[in-house]
Amino acid sequence: MIIQTLAFYLFSSVTVFAAVMVISSKNPVHSVLFLILAFFNSAGLFVLLGAEFLAMILVVVYVGAVAVLFMFVVMMLDINIAELKHGFLQYLPLGGVVGLILLLELILSLGGFIISSQSQSSIAAPRPNINEVTNTEAIGNLIYTNYIYFFQAAGLILLVAMIGAIVLTHRSRENVRKQNISDQINRRPQDTIEIKKVTTGSGV
Amino acid sequence: MSSPIFPDLIPVIPEILIAIFSMFLLILGVFLREKLAEPLIRYGSLITIFVAFIILIVLPEGEALTFGNSFINNEFCIYMKALVLISSAASILMAREFLHMHQMDRFEFYILILLAVLGMFMMISANDFIALYLGLELQSLSLYVLASFQRESTRSAEAGLKYFILGALASGLFLYGVTLIYGFTGNINFNFLYSFFGDPEFTVPIGVIVGLVLIIGALAFKISAAPFHMWAPDVYQGAPTPVTAFFSVAPKIAAIALIIRVMIVPFGNLGEQWQQIIIFISIASMVLGAFAAINQTNIKRLMAYSSIGHIGYALMGLAVAAGPITSYAKDGIQAMLVYITIYLFMSLGTFACILCMKRGDRMVEEISGLSGLSKNNPVMAGVLTVLMFSMAGIPPLAGFFGKLYIFQAAIQSGLVGLAVIGVLTSVVGAFYYLRIVKIIYFEDAEEKFDRPIAPELRGVLLVSGLFIVLFIFIPTPIISLAEVAALALFPG
Repeated sequence: MIIQTLAFYLFSSVTVFAAVMVISSKNPVHSVLFLILAFFNSAGLFVLLGAEFLAMILVVVYVGAVAVLFMFVVMMLDINIAELKHGFLQYLPLGGVVGLILLLELILSLGGFIISSQSQSSIAAPRPNINEVTNTEAIGNLIYTNYIYFFQAAGLILLVAMIGAIVLTHRSRENVRKQNISDQINRRPQDTIEIKKVTTGSGV
Repeated sequence: MSSPIFPDLIPVIPEILIAIFSMFLLILGVFLREKLAEPLIRYGSLITIFVAFIILIVLPEGEALTFGNSFINNEFCIYMKALVLISSAASILMAREFLHMHQMDRFEFYILILLAVLGMFMMISANDFIALYLGLELQSLSLYVLASFQRESTRSAEAGLKYFILGALASGLFLYGVTLIYGFTGNINFNFLYSFFGDPEFTVPIGVIVGLVLIIGALAFKISAAPFHMWAPDVYQGAPTPVTAFFSVAPKIAAIALIIRVMIVPFGNLGEQWQQIIIFISIASMVLGAFAAINQTNIKRLMAYSSIGHIGYALMGLAVAAGPITSYAKDGIQAMLVYITIYLFMSLGTFACILCMKRGDRMVEEISGLSGLSKNNPVMAGVLTVLMFSMAGIPPLAGFFGKLYIFQAAIQSGLVGLAVIGVLTSVVGAFYYLRIVKIIYFEDAEEKFDRPIAPELRGVLLVSGLFIVLFIFIPTPIISLAEVAALALFPG
């Protein structure tokens, strides 16, 4: 038990530290690296909760794909941080006030938080016994049955994102040398090869 | 483990149909040649909308719940969905010439509109917060892309980016609100929340109120009500005009349906908590819509402020519906539905006029460009005048009746102050509508607009003009349909 508690505090404090560093570090590459650290530690928290499937997905998707993509974008865009930070002090008072109000609201609303006595009866999907089904199976049982509507809708949202990315960036450029296989195969010798008789001593 | 029940798919047929058709048309567009794809997919999307409309009408009557109660279909949904379909079909028709003229005629435009319509359908039919959020995102994501569809124009790109960032912020607020609601109640289903809050022993914790406020804020952003309207003028001005026409109607209707459902169904028993918020938003929108529009010179920007104002009037109906008396509440919602139906036609007609404003293949967006239109094109001048009078709320045009019903409902339920403010702001608003009429009739004629006007635009102008003029003679169909729709929200 004590090991679990220690692990929890370790993972959560590193996550919070890494999250702060993501927004405060000067170099965007460092930010992305801290983001990866935050993801790894959140994955650790999921393992502690017994949700190893989510932990693995977090590592595979966020660290493996999203963070690497961020890294590419950061390196390719050459963002000028000094310019981005410009005006930071100017907006600090207003931003600080808004942040403070939100924080107060958070404290006010969560201060009165009690777990409702009806929480067990109002739960949407009963938690299966962890000794009988693995949590991958439990998620699968819900996602493809009760939540099929949400699952399909999420798929459509990704489709829109894909169409959007292509519509906004794809251009058919001229003068690009592309391989056209059917053209290559259809090329006949008589179209391209010319046979010339060269008389001796006079050249072509 | 019990085997899951196969969900009842009958209420979802329109959604499934739009989803399948849009994906089919997408594949078709990818494989066809560019010149062939655009017209074919334009007709394909119009057919999809038409078929969806027919199915919507013949769906079995009454309330139908499916997908584990997260999807609902009743008369209210059908009414709103029909309005969405009408406005998107009109937008597709109006877009053709503009897209062609600006070399933007790519088939993805229609696919994105179809997917946005699908998102709106899901929003309208959502019966829990996840379904609502997914529909909202599907719609918004398509709209962000549509706003920046004119890639060569920096204004259009700016509009898309601004809309995207502020929209993401609103989505964040919304999700934060939903997590608070979920945390304090343990469920996200609308019907569950209704009975949960209806429990007489239930005292409202402050967390629920914060969650409610955040959700209202996010929804107010989607309907561009003040003080969450900042994106609207820039996006309206920057986006390509047919997209602006689409923005000003279809997403507005879907978001109005959303705010009505979220306020009436899950939070129906918390009326006294949210009534003052809605009243404030309504007053702020009406005042801002009236005063900020006075100085505008760009007609698309003017329309943005005008739509903010109209949303303010429509929200008055929702404020009425917060009251404890169900019959007044029903009247409020009914007036609101009639109001946005009339707004839909007025807005489509005005945008058809704006799309006609072009000289030498260039769009004219300045209001001064309209000067002397009465001499160059008396018919268009006449229609635009009728539209402006109707927007200003001058009898006997449709716009007057929309405002009349709303004010009646407000006064009936005792919100006299709100109604008085509404009347005063509509007088101020009349100033800038009538200024356009003055420019059309009493200023020196400028160069003529290009002729001939595209047949689709003429059609939209004709239909909206006829609707506005004839509403006084045959108001019953709309009013009784709106009544049936409003009744579906208040069972029992």
